[in-house]
Amino acid sequence: MARVVVDVMLKPEILDPQGRAVQGALGRLGLTGVSDVRQGKQFVIDIEGDLEGDRLALMHTLAEELLSNPVIEDYSMTVLEDAQ
Amino acid sequence: MNPRVGVVTFPGSLDDRDAARAVRIAGGEPVALWHGDDDLRSVDAVVLPGGFSYGDYLRCGAIARFAPVMHSIVEGAKSGLPVLGICNGFQILCESHLLPGALTRNDSLHFICRDQRLRIEDTTSMWTSDYEPGDEIVIPLKNGEGGFVADEKTLDMLEGEGRVIARYLELNPNGSRRDIAGIRNERGNVVGLMPHPEHAVEALVGPTTDGLAFFTSVLNSLVGAA
Repeated sequence: MARVVVDVMLKPEILDPQGRAVQGALGRLGLTGVSDVRQGKQFVIDIEGDLEGDRLALMHTLAEELLSNPVIEDYSMTVLEDAQ
Repeated sequence: MNPRVGVVTFPGSLDDRDAARAVRIAGGEPVALWHGDDDLRSVDAVVLPGGFSYGDYLRCGAIARFAPVMHSIVEGAKSGLPVLGICNGFQILCESHLLPGALTRNDSLHFICRDQRLRIEDTTSMWTSDYEPGDEIVIPLKNGEGGFVADEKTLDMLEGEGRVIARYLELNPNGSRRDIAGIRNERGNVVGLMPHPEHAVEALVGPTTDGLAFFTSVLNSLVGAA
């Protein structure tokens, strides 16, 4: 069993109005000094068996082409083996 | 015989019926296409309508891009099939990489619904040829994720090649870069537009009939080419 964690974030140059709204809320709730907030997505994918070879390559491809849009987003992927 | 214009229905499409009606009023024959079927039924052109395909899950248009019908449409578009993507359809065209850039959350974070004034910038596309450059039109706009973004190089390329087909006037409703409301591909057969021309084709139920020319344009382009 493998667990794949894919984080997707808007590229730094893309405006993130949701993050900006959250930043405003944090300030209103008393948290001082917040200089930036970016909001992203996390996918947690459990896969049977070991993730290697072609299947690992396909997972990377799908993280880039399905789970993220490379025009506006970057992704990072971590594979945790022997996840319970 | 009237040109056959396919209108795709995805799960969550809203404006497929209005798009079909606009095709009919313009003088074409609307043909219903289904997301799960890769058969384009010999249509001469395709409209990807507005709505919330697959619930807008993941990203707007991200899942629709992989629908069987899209494989055929992408293939057809590359060999000249006219394709118009309206609103969610525009998002699907960007996700499919038939058009550059992406549509992102409105900068105001609000869903915007208004009658929007636009300037038609380019009339060389198959979907805008019945307009004159500089025409000002008013058609409905309704979106939550309509902010057009692309890197500066892509924006300069779109401007330089005259591929911005329409621009927002008076007010930029969603933070689109350079007030861009719609763009075309290099060949001019594929057009994406965030506002809704299909809701402005009849005086009784639209703010204007300014949207009709998108549909007559493609019919005339097809007849002219035949």
